[in-house]
Amino acid sequence: MKRTIIATVNNNSGVMNRITGLFARRQFNIDSITVGMTENPSVSRMTFVVNVDNQRGLDQVIKQLNKQVDVLKVRDITDDSIVARELALIKVVAAPQHRGEISALAEPFRASVVDVGRESVTLQVTGDQQKVEALIDLLKPYGIKELARTGITAFKRGATKSDFETPKYSIIN
Amino acid sequence: MGPKTKEMQGRELKDENQEMTGASMLIQALAREDVDVIFGYPGGANLSTYDEIYRTGMHHVLARHEQGAVHAAEGYARVAGKPGVCIVTSGPGATNVVTGIADAMIDSLPLVVITGQVATNAIGTDAFQEADVIGVTMPITKHNFQAREVEDLPRMIKEAFHIAATGRPGPVLIDLPKDIAAASGFFNYNQSVDLPGYQPTVIPNKLQIKKLADAVTEAKKPVVLTGAGILHAHASEELFEYITKQQLPAASTLLGLGAFPGNHELFLGMVGMHGTYTGNMALHEADLLISIGARFDDRVTGALKHFAPNAKVAHIDIDPAEIGKNVETHIPVVGDAKEALRMLNEYDGTPGDFTEWKKQLAEWQEEYPLWYREEGDSLKPQRLMEMIYEETKGEAVVTTDVGQHQMWAAQYYKFDNPDCWVTSGGLGTMGFGFPSAIGAQFAAPDRQVVAVLGDAGFQMTAQEMSILQELNLPVKIILVNNAALGMVRQWQELFYDQRYSNSIFPIQPDFVKMAEAYNIKGWKIDNPEEMQAVLREALDYEGPVLLDCRVEKEENVYPMIAPGKGHHEMEGIKP
Ligand SMILES: Cc1cc2nc3c(=O)[nH]c(=O)nc-3n(C[C@H](O)[C@H](O)[C@H](O)COP(=O)(O)OP(=O)(O)OC[C@H]3O[C@@H](n4cnc5c(N)ncnc54)[C@H](O)[C@@H]3O)c2cc1C
Ligand SMILES: Cc1ncc(C[n+]2csc(CCOP(=O)(O)OP(=O)(O)O)c2C)c(N)n1
Ligand SMILES: [Mg+2]
Repeated sequence: MKRTIIATVNNNSGVMNRITGLFARRQFNIDSITVGMTENPSVSRMTFVVNVDNQRGLDQVIKQLNKQVDVLKVRDITDDSIVARELALIKVVAAPQHRGEISALAEPFRASVVDVGRESVTLQVTGDQQKVEALIDLLKPYGIKELARTGITAFKRGATKSDFETPKYSIIN
Repeated sequence: MGPKTKEMQGRELKDENQEMTGASMLIQALAREDVDVIFGYPGGANLSTYDEIYRTGMHHVLARHEQGAVHAAEGYARVAGKPGVCIVTSGPGATNVVTGIADAMIDSLPLVVITGQVATNAIGTDAFQEADVIGVTMPITKHNFQAREVEDLPRMIKEAFHIAATGRPGPVLIDLPKDIAAASGFFNYNQSVDLPGYQPTVIPNKLQIKKLADAVTEAKKPVVLTGAGILHAHASEELFEYITKQQLPAASTLLGLGAFPGNHELFLGMVGMHGTYTGNMALHEADLLISIGARFDDRVTGALKHFAPNAKVAHIDIDPAEIGKNVETHIPVVGDAKEALRMLNEYDGTPGDFTEWKKQLAEWQEEYPLWYREEGDSLKPQRLMEMIYEETKGEAVVTTDVGQHQMWAAQYYKFDNPDCWVTSGGLGTMGFGFPSAIGAQFAAPDRQVVAVLGDAGFQMTAQEMSILQELNLPVKIILVNNAALGMVRQWQELFYDQRYSNSIFPIQPDFVKMAEAYNIKGWKIDNPEEMQAVLREALDYEGPVLLDCRVEKEENVYPMIAPGKGHHEMEGIKP
């Protein structure tokens, strides 16, 4: 099952290394990792999409992350109401006569053309994973020359003060 | 007679809030952390630190190989119950301690390791004796730091000791570049540790304690599994009260030995691959398994699909990640074992009735005790262990290396007291036994320290005999000499049709002469009659000794659970 996990971490050198190393040596399966700064310059925020077999596997991911001294908080937000977004850059083969068609396709996705070359156009799209994937599927028949996706970054919606208000992550703690 | 420890001769405590070098800060901070001995080795990248050791008179023990230094620090930590400190240089000095760091990590031993590093402006340039020690040790330390500014050093050292010693203990490494050690900065050690990302849970949840207590009331066949976590928590007294008050049968992991007295009637022995029949069958038949500070290692559980099939599992551990990791847990209790046991002892529950169960256990013990055959006048290693137990009255600190002799020591030396048992469990590091005895002797200068070693493992770190010679350290080396990599030979006998590939020594050094080269008194013994007398003499001898005990070469360790088998499928349970 796919789960979306967010963590705040100390913005120290090597933190990313600690975390990817942990995932690799514990054989945790990761679909994507994003990391970036937060409102607090000494804290970064990471979003992981992990692929686990069962609850025990999920518990291990969260608990092992929590053991890292540089990891401040961890939370599985999959079942919460969240805003999850990724950005993709898609370079599509586009002879001049197809450009209009491609733009029309992109429009309902609010994708924008960010670069035009002799034989290609590059689109930028943001949204949740389904939306990004839907656009990619539609563009495939034209021929995708290059694709770069950032991976999901996510946030809890609305009212609560912080994503980490209830740090409880399992029955145990 | 023992090493000078408690007081560091000439230790000079400088005032706070003054300018000093990074190296000086380091030594000042160690003194404030009550470090009474450092195990280490100098080199280019840590010369400033060694200069400071020279000038302050900080007590330092020079190993002859960095692996010796780090295992000594581990032995010290295991017996003293506080961090062992190890200082080595960059590059090869640092990579030589990697094995010991990994060993300490898997066995949860508190260490603070300080590695020299090339100067900050040279890092990343493949400089002379540069190795990415932070990268190399990231997965085998509880945490590691690289000092980038001299002013950060006091905070880092303080955090390192805090992280190493609290929660689930473990090794912490500080990588100290040469220019930072030489740079000057303001020293202030009077600050509190502020680590929002590191907050171990110490006090367990009351409701979980109640659940556990109620489960004991309802149980018919309970068993307690005691692990090393009890020793880390210094909770032997609380455990004794708990077990005797509730009248619970108890078995131990390899690393938990000594948490509960080995000669007590409620003690069933060690469990696992080479555990006792009764210990293992108790786990197999139990309806309630209470694991305290044990992490359900695969040597303990055997095949997981057969493990404790009928038991409700309660697990007390300070590390939430251990709970449910290998074995499904019904009553998780996250917290310090001492706190948990204290709360259990205060809880006023109805005692359970385990009469039938105890009768069954007693029958098993009667029918399937540990056994070995005494044949002719060959010296049986098991008998040797019994003699060591008898002659030390169970009061020695025993360290071992890894292999058959380790299992025999675990089976036949009845550990009656906590913190007397130093062995490499999780990593199974050959070469650990001898240097760890040196560290143990520093932690317990007035106690007898006996190093029970294999003839192969001893040769991996034998150079540390220099320390015994230099300091006249009264460590007793007992070589269980079967002229083989005995444990490997046993597996080849049992699982590879007796194809003894590279496991039998065609030739061996003269160990007695080796000892004598270091001015250590040596004996060679090959029969049981002589053994007892020589052992007595050796233990009474004032200085270090080495006994080359020529034991039966073909002896195997039994009982045994073969790989992939369950506790009910033990082999070699009877002669
Ligand atoms: C050749 C060989 C054969 C072996 N055969 C056996 C065998 O037959 N039987 C056997 O048992 N082992 C055997 N071992 C050892 C085995 O590999 C493990 O090292 C051992 O079983 C681990 O014991 P443990 O779980 O008690 O200790 P550790 O691995 O040290 O685990 C300690 C646990 O306690 C927890 N803890 C720490 N501090 C606290 C605290 N304050 N409060 C509460 N919890 C705390 C930790 O989080 C951890 O989960 C063998 C090893 C070798 C090398
Ligand atoms: C560093 C290291 N290398 C290899 C092994 C694998 N190993 C486990 S036990 C053993 C044999 C040890 O022989 P010895 O020290 O003589 O002890 P014995 O089993 O004979 O008592 C070996 C090679 C190990 N545990 N550690
Ligand atoms: Mg041997």
